[in-house]
Amino acid sequence: MSAFAKSEANETFVLNLGPQHPATHGVLRVKLTMDGEYIVEAEPVLGYIHRMHEKMGENRTWAQFLPNTGRMDYLHALAYNHGYVSVVERATGITVPERAEYLRVITAELNRVSSHLLWFGAFILDLGGFSPLLYAFDDREHILDLLESVTGSRLTYCYFRFGGVYNDIDDNFVPGTRAFIKRLRERMPMYHNLVTKNIILMTRLKEVGPISAEMCRKYGATGPVCRGSGINFDVRKHEPYSIYPEFDFEVPVYDQGDSMSRYMVRMDEIEQSLRIIEQALDKLPEGPVMAEKVPKILKPAKGDYYHAVETARGSFGVRVVSDGSNTPYRLKLRSPTFSNLSLFGEACQGMLLPDALALMGSLDLVIPEIDR
Amino acid sequence: MNRAAIKQKLAAIGAEAVIESDYASKGFALDVQVLPEQLIAAVSLLDAEGFFIEAVTGVDWLGEQAALRKDAEAKAAAEAKAKAEAAAAAGEEPPPPAAPAELGDLPEDALEAVYDFNHYDALCRVTIRTRMPRSAPEVPTISQIYPGANWHERETHDFFGIKFVGHPYLVPLLLPEDADFHPLLKDFRP
Repeated sequence: MSAFAKSEANETFVLNLGPQHPATHGVLRVKLTMDGEYIVEAEPVLGYIHRMHEKMGENRTWAQFLPNTGRMDYLHALAYNHGYVSVVERATGITVPERAEYLRVITAELNRVSSHLLWFGAFILDLGGFSPLLYAFDDREHILDLLESVTGSRLTYCYFRFGGVYNDIDDNFVPGTRAFIKRLRERMPMYHNLVTKNIILMTRLKEVGPISAEMCRKYGATGPVCRGSGINFDVRKHEPYSIYPEFDFEVPVYDQGDSMSRYMVRMDEIEQSLRIIEQALDKLPEGPVMAEKVPKILKPAKGDYYHAVETARGSFGVRVVSDGSNTPYRLKLRSPTFSNLSLFGEACQGMLLPDALALMGSLDLVIPEIDR
Repeated sequence: MNRAAIKQKLAAIGAEAVIESDYASKGFALDVQVLPEQLIAAVSLLDAEGFFIEAVTGVDWLGEQAALRKDAEAKAAAEAKAKAEAAAAAGEEPPPPAAPAELGDLPEDALEAVYDFNHYDALCRVTIRTRMPRSAPEVPTISQIYPGANWHERETHDFFGIKFVGHPYLVPLLLPEDADFHPLLKDFRP
């Protein structure tokens, strides 16, 4: 409890934030016990869009569950695709052709950039600045167009298949992506001049909402939340999967632990993702995009399998238990934001309500992923 | 952070099994089976080593004992058949069919709680499992060691009805607040 904790003389009151509130980005309710403008206690109430994806997984075949993965984290759907196909490939021993791995990395990183751009716009919107959202959506639109030409959809992608990807790229994809990288690199200094160096933003974020490295560990925080607290942890480096080891990129780490650090981590990650895409486009090999002889009906051997991937919000893990049949016996989806949000109650004690909203925005919440 | 040392320490607290699994094919490095009463000791040990908590979940093993029994019976029948055939080939009188072994009542099926831990510095995913009878699924909470386990345990209680003894606030998290059903149990019918 902080210095602002409930005292005998002061009266507290309960304030409902959400479930319909623009700052909660979806249907999240936070039950706040307030002492004036200060938060004494915060209890997030989840489950408003709980769909029981894990039970759905037990009721359909391995391949039939694929479209579900794009509907949890709708902002970085391709990473969820990646996690699920990887765990099934691990369980069945399917190998993926090199070109398909490159296409997976290119599209997943483009998707990560689009996720960070949307977060950027929405986060500044939470803080009261409207126009950056329009700039960010303008850039994001280019990514959606590029991904639409490859995957056929604009948001809830289901592009990866066991053993490869659904579709090869068309002739316009590579030049279009290069043009986009050039465009975004020219736009980033503008974002920094317009937003990052803005004195109002700095005052709102610097030294606000500190999260310590120890707190990250105790709550299992991953992704930009732990990297903003000085922990150098990125699944792409820590537990390399796909062809990430072939690329030269850095993991941005800031160690102040405040909302500004998390903001800076994501802004730097956009550039690192662009670097990965650029290298992948340079090295993109020819060849098939699907493994040959992938059985129509998959029956992984009995046992447990786990696979983690780095999504825009942290480490997404899938644990499957197979009983050797054509449906999963158990499918556990470990969502990064679930753990990241669980520390909110402790982190926001004693904060002003508007500061707590800045902290919540810096966690980058995607509610369908938390509720699953 | 030394994997062999951790393996040794986990074995020292009396864990039933500490298996080093093949990371490339499984996705985790250590697979540890403990009794519910050893759980706190095992988790405290990982906490002291600097692990972070990834997830807590459950698995319902309904029908496992019946399947094991069926396998055992099929194996016994195959052995008896092979014996009879061998005897016939040798021109001997086939032995009288053995009376089916008295196996007694089926042991109770188990619910399993699965805890995943990982380390920020080195790749070492440790999976701790503990089994409890389906009729009385109780396991001590670890939320006093890892506050992050609080929500994971509430979720697991929602889905499986596993009671985390000592949990400060074991009310539905993802299910409706008055939910009295556990959808991931294999005998759940909506």
